[in-house]
Amino acid sequence: MLKLDSLSVSYNGEPILSDVTLSVSSGEILAVIGPNGAGKTTLIRAVSGVIPMRKGKIWVDGIDLAHLHPIQRARYLAVVPQARNLPSSFSVYQSVLLGRTPYLGWLGRTSKNDHLIVERALEQTRLIPLAQRRVGELSGGEQQRVLLARALAQDTPILLLDEPTTHLDMEHQAVFLNLLRELTPQKNLTILIVLHDLNLAGLYADHVALLFKGKVHLTGKPADVLTAQNLSRVYNVPVNVVPHPEYGTPLVLPDGKSKRSGIKTQDLKS
Amino acid sequence: MSPSNRPYLYLILLMIASALFSVGVGAVFIPPGVVVRMLLTLLPGVHLQPTWSESFSAIFYQIRLPHTALIALTGAALAGSGAVFQGVFRNPLADPYLIGVASGAGLGAVLGLALNPSPQFGGLYTVPIAAFLGALLTIAIVYNLARVGRSVPTTTLILAGVAVSAFATSLSSFLMLRSNEELRRAFSWLLGGAIMGGWVPVLAMLPYIAIGLGFITLSGHTLNVLQFGEEQAQQLGIPVERAKLILILAASLTTAAAVSFAGIIGFVGLIVPHLVRFIWGPDYRRLIPLAIIAGCSALLLADILARVIVSPQTIPVGIVTALAGAPFFLWILRRAKDQAYW
Repeated sequence: MLKLDSLSVSYNGEPILSDVTLSVSSGEILAVIGPNGAGKTTLIRAVSGVIPMRKGKIWVDGIDLAHLHPIQRARYLAVVPQARNLPSSFSVYQSVLLGRTPYLGWLGRTSKNDHLIVERALEQTRLIPLAQRRVGELSGGEQQRVLLARALAQDTPILLLDEPTTHLDMEHQAVFLNLLRELTPQKNLTILIVLHDLNLAGLYADHVALLFKGKVHLTGKPADVLTAQNLSRVYNVPVNVVPHPEYGTPLVLPDGKSKRSGIKTQDLKS
Repeated sequence: MSPSNRPYLYLILLMIASALFSVGVGAVFIPPGVVVRMLLTLLPGVHLQPTWSESFSAIFYQIRLPHTALIALTGAALAGSGAVFQGVFRNPLADPYLIGVASGAGLGAVLGLALNPSPQFGGLYTVPIAAFLGALLTIAIVYNLARVGRSVPTTTLILAGVAVSAFATSLSSFLMLRSNEELRRAFSWLLGGAIMGGWVPVLAMLPYIAIGLGFITLSGHTLNVLQFGEEQAQQLGIPVERAKLILILAASLTTAAAVSFAGIIGFVGLIVPHLVRFIWGPDYRRLIPLAIIAGCSALLLADILARVIVSPQTIPVGIVTALAGAPFFLWILRRAKDQAYW
């Protein structure tokens, strides 16, 4: 269980996040959505401790993480960043093994147990056949799975994911998010995922938080948050929302009128 | 022996062979067999019938042996600290010479000598500290000049290094020209690369290099995690700022001790870690100790070349390393774009 209590972040005196209060239960996925500059990535960075917070608390099972040493925080929270500029000559196995860092000393001496955990993480992310390959030889989708495996090896109750699917094609997006959907109840994980794609948020998340200008604009079930009215206002573009033909989850479509007003579909995504 | 230990065996054998030749080469060539016998007599309880003259043995123990030790330590120091600078800056072209740390250490050493009333004796032991301060000041300046946001791009790092290095070198030259004749000779090692003789410099650099390389050798895991970038390293539980500080302190101390008595020798810290990475992979837990051992051999071999190329004249070893290193530098500069093995 992850709870953010009026988390605020400023940069050069400008508020980036103000009073963000959110909670995610174990076994659940919370998708954070919002237009560019809403503070989504800042939220992940603040919660993971790489940028300072102006105020607020981060509770994990009753423990306030806000002022913990990095090594202790890394035992509660693992982050899956976008797979970019990874050390390309490291092997997949070696990269995932570094997920054990919070349990190792300065020397990085690993135990048999560490290797067992890494093997399980590789298995869960279907990476066993690629274990000895160099990260640089893998596709973007595979690299993203390596980072997920590394976070699983970190063996934390909470996982934070920062737009993991943005640079993946449709197949790899589906593979990645299905994997996440499957592992979340299985490992009783608490997931906070920043997603750019509203339809993926509608399809995969249990709850959605709509971030706007550094504040939580709305939070709730996907069907309640992803409405034409809410999205049109926050994204400043007319949209249509229709039910998914198979699952009934909200599907967000650009409004026909937007074409006439000169706004093209890709503007909605970028 | 497990396959993963084999690189150590190869490199140690290479180091021993280079050291034997380094001791043997000179105006009078001493065959490796004799070198081994002469070394064995140093051990307590070993009595060999000397097949060499008294004066010969003085040359051996007082000139050849300390020279070889100094070169080997310097090579180890430069290669080890080069590997750390490359790892901390995540930059394939970081090298104590190219990023200006060596010149800064040189300036510190010159100041240390100039302000020291008796550089011949005990004063020499404090020179590495002055060099260390010079190195730290340089790296602070270069790092802040080169940094763009949270990363240190290759181009700005090298440009800042070159600029700061040129500044430090001209200050050193100025100080040397202004100093008296005796000091000037003591300084000449810095630019000319004429290395100080005898055991005093070896003993003076040894503790600093031992501490610096000791730390460096134990830091392989941390350097591995840092290769994912500072943000991810912190999210993986590394206190990044402190880790970087410790690593830079250790590498600067090591460089400074080497520069204090062997002068400014470029490119060893660049080439050796790259060759090791190229052959045995990027795992810093292996890369660092292997680079340290390989660094001994590399500089010993360069030094042998420097002594025999235009024999009986000796050219500064820095000329040999630059002749080999500059083309290598350009090759890496081109390769760094596709990051094939970095």
